[in-house]
Amino acid sequence: MSATNDAFLETFPVTLRDAATNWLPAPWNWLAQGLIAVVAVLAIFGSLFAILTLVERKALGRVQNRPGPNRTGLPYTARLPWLKFTEGKIFGLGQPMADGIKMLTKEDIVPREADQVLHFIAPVAMLAMSLMTFAVIPFGRNLVPVELDASVLYFFAAGAATELAVFMAGWGSRNKFALLAAMRALAQLISYELPLILSFVPVVMIAGSLSTVGIVAAQSSWHWGFIPHWYVLTPWGFAGFLIFMVSALAESNRSPFDLPEAESELIAGHLTEYSGFKYALFFMAEYLGMTALSGMAVTLFLGGWNAPLPFLQFIPSYVWFAVKLLTLLMGFIWIRATLPRLRMDQLMHLSWKFLVPLCLVNLANTTVWHLTASLPLAVRWLLCAVIIVAPFTLIGRSLTKGVAPRTYRYAE
Amino acid sequence: MIAFAVIALLILASASLAMCLRNLVHSVLLLVANWAGIAVFYLWAGAEFVAFAQLLVYVGAVSMLSLFAVLLTRRSFHDLDIIPESVSRATWALLTAGAVAGVLIGTILGSPFGNVTEAAPAVSMRQLGEELAGTHVAGLLVVGIILTVALLGGVVIASKDKEDKS
Repeated sequence: MSATNDAFLETFPVTLRDAATNWLPAPWNWLAQGLIAVVAVLAIFGSLFAILTLVERKALGRVQNRPGPNRTGLPYTARLPWLKFTEGKIFGLGQPMADGIKMLTKEDIVPREADQVLHFIAPVAMLAMSLMTFAVIPFGRNLVPVELDASVLYFFAAGAATELAVFMAGWGSRNKFALLAAMRALAQLISYELPLILSFVPVVMIAGSLSTVGIVAAQSSWHWGFIPHWYVLTPWGFAGFLIFMVSALAESNRSPFDLPEAESELIAGHLTEYSGFKYALFFMAEYLGMTALSGMAVTLFLGGWNAPLPFLQFIPSYVWFAVKLLTLLMGFIWIRATLPRLRMDQLMHLSWKFLVPLCLVNLANTTVWHLTASLPLAVRWLLCAVIIVAPFTLIGRSLTKGVAPRTYRYAE
Repeated sequence: MIAFAVIALLILASASLAMCLRNLVHSVLLLVANWAGIAVFYLWAGAEFVAFAQLLVYVGAVSMLSLFAVLLTRRSFHDLDIIPESVSRATWALLTAGAVAGVLIGTILGSPFGNVTEAAPAVSMRQLGEELAGTHVAGLLVVGIILTVALLGGVVIASKDKEDKS
């Protein structure tokens, strides 16, 4: 371990930061280090957002058997000899830039009757709250912007404030569609907040820590040298991970839970009266929220920045974090391309009748896991798997009684 | 000390503005700002856990409750009267408020604030959890049961509508 701890690439970001700030006197040094962390998060996740919009459109295009955006190039790239064959289009890589310029130059329309202050504050608050959640995610060994004792609690406290922004947007627009859609969005956000929070409680129970750094440290060893100690590989952890991801989809208003926006059915929900860059801020907040929740899922269940196998530790920790994060984000995009949108009642049933009871069972399951530490691992694993799979099947069967499995009478 | 003054100003200003505004939704949003200010105060005082719990519970959940309550009351903010109904009512209201304020201010001024010289004890999250789930587990359970009973009561009250219809 010590060899990998001191490797040049592993410590490179911290070394770079220290080299830039060490000449400053003590209080300024601390301030500069904080500022550098903020700028780094803004730059990295800002550009990730830009790239993600392009990747999403490309991936959705491929799933639907069309090329996706492939025309917008970047100027002067056609002159580079090794890019000549793309004729300056470079696979549509210039699309995020074009989108950004379009959003910035669009007219900002505020309805005359709207509540000017709230209409303005809503997108700003939304983006600020999504950005604040990045402060406690450990992106790598020693790479956490703020180390708090209760960082998991901080993450969800900052995330809870986005509901207020949605309300402000819906109410401040003074538009009946926006208000009604905001109410629906709030109902969804509140309903899925519960399974989201309950699903990570087992992790806190087993790791014995509310700090993200502590939770990652608790997952950084291997059974018999090759099975990682990640919580997703335990029965309760696997169930918790799935519930967390479903709730994260709903919390970030992503398909199949994109009812608040539902661009093909409603106008645009609480975003109806937003145009130009304010709309772009909401859009950005959605993607950043999705990224932050994925980062939290990686931290809580997928071992954070830990390598999957001991001999792979020569690869820097932040690379592993990025790989896991991008995998989850691609999963989000894949789900958007695959699943149809839920109906409002189905949405509520899924949360209150299925996910919340399963979360509570999972809590009891974690207690069993914790108390049976003396049993052999295989027995313990099977016991806990039965405790969570049985209610999953029973509740699932009773909820879909008379509806599933679907029979096709005419389409054969 | 400057930080404390700024936080206190934020809390007091948002609370007084919330009482003065005629638009109820604005008042609730200012009240939320007030709760957030109290969370900042906890943070300033070094009580990290309480601060985040305050944010999660008040700014996240109670704010929604108050907003829904305001939206479900049918009166629009244009026809809200803030003129007291009678002189005697206004007098009694002022007297009550003055008495409460007098008691509170008297208590604050009367309680001795000794100069604390030793550093505040650093309580880790783990200690806090062990205290809560170990020493004070009975209180925690009682609170949990009371809240569950309240929740069940709420469900019972809410579900009566259906029987009336059938």
